This record gives sequence, structure tokens and C-alpha cells, in this order.
Amino acid sequence: MLKINKLHKSYPIGDSSLHVLKGIDLSVEAGEMVAIMGSSGSGKSTLLNIIGMLDEADEGEYILDNVPIKNLTEKKAAIYRNKFLGFIFQSFNLINYKNALDNVALPLYYQGLKRKERIEKGLFHLEKVGLKDWAHHLPNELSGGQKQRVAIARALAADPKLLLADEPTGALDTKTSHEIMDFIQSLNDEGKTILMVTHEEDIASMCKRIVRLKDGVIIEDTFVEQVRASQYV
Amino acid sequence: MKFLFERDTWQEVYDSLTKNKLRTALTMVGVWWGILLLIGLLGSARGIENSFNRLFGSFATNSVFVWAQSTSKPFKGFQEGRQVQLKISDAKKIEENVEGIEFVVPRNQSQALVVHNFLSGNFGVNGDYPLLDQVQKKKMIQGRFINQTDIDENRKVVVISEEIYKQLFEKDAEMIGEYIQLNGMNFKVVGMFETGNANMGPSSDIHIPFTTFQQIYNMGENIGWMMITGKPEYDISQIETDAKLILKNLNKVHPEDNRAFGSFNLGKEFAKITGFLTGMQFLTWFVGIATLIAGVFAIGNILLITVKERTKEIGVRRALGATPFEIKRQVVLEAVFITLIAGLLGIISGGSILMLLDSLYGQGDEAMLVNASVSISIVFVALIILIVLGTLIGLIPAFKATSIKPIDALREE
Repeated sequence: MLKINKLHKSYPIGDSSLHVLKGIDLSVEAGEMVAIMGSSGSGKSTLLNIIGMLDEADEGEYILDNVPIKNLTEKKAAIYRNKFLGFIFQSFNLINYKNALDNVALPLYYQGLKRKERIEKGLFHLEKVGLKDWAHHLPNELSGGQKQRVAIARALAADPKLLLADEPTGALDTKTSHEIMDFIQSLNDEGKTILMVTHEEDIASMCKRIVRLKDGVIIEDTFVEQVRASQYV
Repeated sequence: MKFLFERDTWQEVYDSLTKNKLRTALTMVGVWWGILLLIGLLGSARGIENSFNRLFGSFATNSVFVWAQSTSKPFKGFQEGRQVQLKISDAKKIEENVEGIEFVVPRNQSQALVVHNFLSGNFGVNGDYPLLDQVQKKKMIQGRFINQTDIDENRKVVVISEEIYKQLFEKDAEMIGEYIQLNGMNFKVVGMFETGNANMGPSSDIHIPFTTFQQIYNMGENIGWMMITGKPEYDISQIETDAKLILKNLNKVHPEDNRAFGSFNLGKEFAKITGFLTGMQFLTWFVGIATLIAGVFAIGNILLITVKERTKEIGVRRALGATPFEIKRQVVLEAVFITLIAGLLGIISGGSILMLLDSLYGQGDEAMLVNASVSISIVFVALIILIVLGTLIGLIPAFKATSIKPIDALREE
């Protein structure tokens, strides 16, 4: 599904440069649910951004679904992102002047789907996250948990191969976090491959595999017994 | 170009423009004002031009009027201060010898007591050739103007203006074939013309045949003044100089005597006015386009700010799969759309102002503005200019929007 070999990334800071990723090797199979953990500055977000094609590695190899991701033009990156990836952000990143349905349908718009089809698919995914009745509400009329569920619906809308979540529960309280995790787990149960960055141990323990980063290298990569979030809900 | 016809494209434009309605409205003020100025001023200029054209419309504008005065220099044994008298032969000589003459019309005028039944009045009477109709077009309401037979037979016929008719005749009374008295002599009315807006020289309310005038006022070969019309391709100032030189020669006047002959150069006066109008139109275009450009820049400026504010949103859109081209297209479309809407509002309000001006100053015969309007082609030119400018200015924020990497855009708070 996803294969990373000797990935390096550094950022220029003034005259010197900061070596953020120092040779990452990672391979993820379809259907996995991986938590990437690490303290701030460990390079976990950078890794996720590179996997999300929002950023490009300096060195190394990255193959997504048998497609080598290298030297992408902005246009190509946009098309790949749209086709392969679904993003879930910590701060939801919903477009505040569009209602829930339009937000969910936005990736479909960029796929070039007809309006009718988009509404149909958008409603389907909203229903899946249990917010069909809220379809015509603006984001500021929704609670944090609802916003994140709309964001998840949006990430799912284009039917991506890989879901990337950057601290998906970072802005939510514990109870809502567990609800969201429960939902993400159910997506994984359906076969979605999920990669999430988190620094919360209990959230990470709800994944099937934990990859720990420190100073730009993987220090631990273990498969764990998944804690079901449903027991807390 | 298919995207232009898709509802979603416009939905996106609508959404982002209505997000901050006040700002969008203020943004449009510049362009709106520019177009309003352009339409309003061009229309008014056109109205003034039309009113001048109506005023001068009855005249062959390439004309000069010449009359005799008294000399200011002694010459060939004559003292200064001698009264010069123009003759018919002078007119003939000018016609024969000056280059570029269309025609020369000798004229006489006098005052006469005009009586019809119990109504009477004192009016200027002109002795005229049929040719006058060529220089100063008479709009005949009824009957005809003086013709050659009238001249040949010294007929006692008269052509009167509508104004005279109103003063001398009962309302709706028949007047063709009626007789009116000029200084006690009976003249048959053969025609009535519309009173002109502009009278050059003595009032021209009553015209009788030139030869009849000669006879009854005992003028001999003397004439009061003459109208000289040049062919359109000739310079009327040159014709004026040439004609005066010939007149000086014929009447034994010192060549440098500038006071012996008076003249009014209609061509020159007309050129001054048309020059002024052309200048005004140029100024209007200049001011209008300059304001328009300023307005379009204001739009570009605001869009730049909007794009900056929406950095994060643009980042999200790109993460969701929007290509840079789609983002740019959207921004440019917004720019063009705002410009165009502002322009259309400007055209509508400019048009309304012209309508208002027309109802205030555009009615009646003495109207200052006649048919103040702009042609549809000017409106189209203005719209095309707007689209072009809008597109060009939209490119700046458009490139700004995609110059930032999506990863940085997403980090923006």
C-alpha cells in the first residue's frame, strides 16, 4: 500500500539547516491503522505531510499504491491528493461559509463530478457520520465533534485509499475524542487504511500499530492489541 | 470555457463575494464611479454637440458673411472714413475669382411695417435669391421658398416665418395665397418656414425676391451684405482673406485696411465649438478611463487582501485536490465578475443620470442638451475594457494565491 525507503528531509533555518527526517523506512499494508507518535519536533508531522504530498522529501523513495511519488508538479500532486488521500485535520479546516453538505462535496467538485452526483454522494457520507440532518448547517452551527465528523465525511467523500489524520482528536474533549476514534475504528474495520499522528497514548493505543519517532528516526515500531473506543462511549 | 456555464463556478464566486458584502460593495465603488463618469460625461458631451448641431444645422457651416464699413486708411486719393458700398458685381467677381467658392449669395435687408387685416408689426425684410436656401436651409412648413421665376419677373411674393404667421394671422387661418402689406404694397404669401434656432446677421423673418427688393427700395446695384460659402474641402479662412482682398481692390480700398469690410466667419466659429467639443470628449475619455483603471486597481488590491485572508482556505482546497489552475481561475473570475457587475451598475446609473438630465434640460426647442446619450458600441467598448482590465488585475492576486505552498497555507492561522 505504502512504502517509504530512507526518507530524508531538512528545512533551511537561516544559514544552517534543520535535519528533520533522518532516513525513515516505513511500510504500511492495506487495512492497517497506524499511529505515528513522538514529541514535538520529532518529525511526525513532516512525515505525514510528505505522505500527504503536501511536502516533498529531499531524499529517499516513497511509493503509494505502486505509484512512485517523486518530482510531482503542483497539478499532479493535487490530482493524486484528490484520488488517493483523505485528510483529517486537528482544527477541522472546514470552509466556514459553506454548509456541511457543500464542505463534504468539495473534493468531489475538484474531481469534476456533476452537482447532482456530488449532492448524492455528499449526503451518503454525511449519513454515514450520522449528520444527514445537519447537511444544511454552517460549520459554526455545529459542535466540535460534529465538525470533525463532517471533516471525516469530507475526507471519505472522494473514496480515498488512505486516510491521513493529523491529531484528529487534538481539539476535542475526551468523550468526543472517543466517539471520533470509535468512528475511525469502524472505518478501519470496513477496510480503510488509516495513518494518524497523535501524541496521546490512549488515542494511539486504539490503533493497531504504533510507530514512535524521535529526532527524525523511528525508534520503535510495534503492533499492539487494539483498544476499542466503543467501550468508553 | 465550459466552466463558465456551470452553476458551481458561479456558486463559488457568489459564496466568496457574499462572505463580506460590505467590502465587496465598497470594492465596486471605484469601477462603478469610473463607468458612471464615462457614460454621464460622454452622454452630456453628445447632448451639447447635438444641441449645437441643431443650432447650426440649418447653416452651411463653411461660410463667411461679409459687409462693408468705412475705410480707416486714405488710398488712391480717397480720404479715410469713406463709406464703402458693396455691389452685385462684387459678389460676381468673388464667385469668379476666388478659388474654392461654392456660392456667393448677395443679400439686402430693411425694416418694413407689415400689415394683414387688422394685425400689424415692424419686421426685418430681406431681399433674397433662391440660393439662400442652400446656405441657410429653410424648413418649409407650407408652400415654397423664393424661386428663379420670382426673381426674373420681380414678383411681389413673400415667404414668412412661422413666427410672423403667428403674429399676423388668426390661429389656423389659411395664409398661402393671402396678401399682406409691406409698407403699403400688397405681397402674396407663397410659403412659411420654421423659425430657425440661430440667426446669423439681421433677423430673417420675411423674405422677398431680391429683384423685387431692389425695385421697391430703389437699391440699384447696391447690396447690403453677402454670404460666401466655400466648398467643404477648402479652408474658409483663406477664402475670407481672398474675397476681402478682391473687394478691397474693386472698391479702391488700401490693401492693409482692416476696417473697410466687416465679416463673420461662421466656419471659424463653428470649428472653435467643435474643437471644444472634441476636447471635451477627449477629456471625458481620459478621466473616465483613468478613474476606471484606478477602480480596477482597487479591486485588485482588495482581492489581494482577500486572498491573503483566505490563505488557509486555499490550502484546504488544495489539500482536497484543487489544482493551482483551478484556484487561479476562481480568483480571476471573481475579479472579472466584480468588475463587470460594478461596470453594469455604472452603466445603468450613468444611463439613469442621462435620462434625468434629458428630462431636466433636454426638452423643448431651446434645450441645452439634445438627446444626451451614448451609443451602444461605446457601452460595449467600455465593457470589453472592463473584462480585459479585470482579467489582468485578477492575475495578480491569482498568482499570489498559488505562490504559497499548500503545506504553508495550511499552517497559516
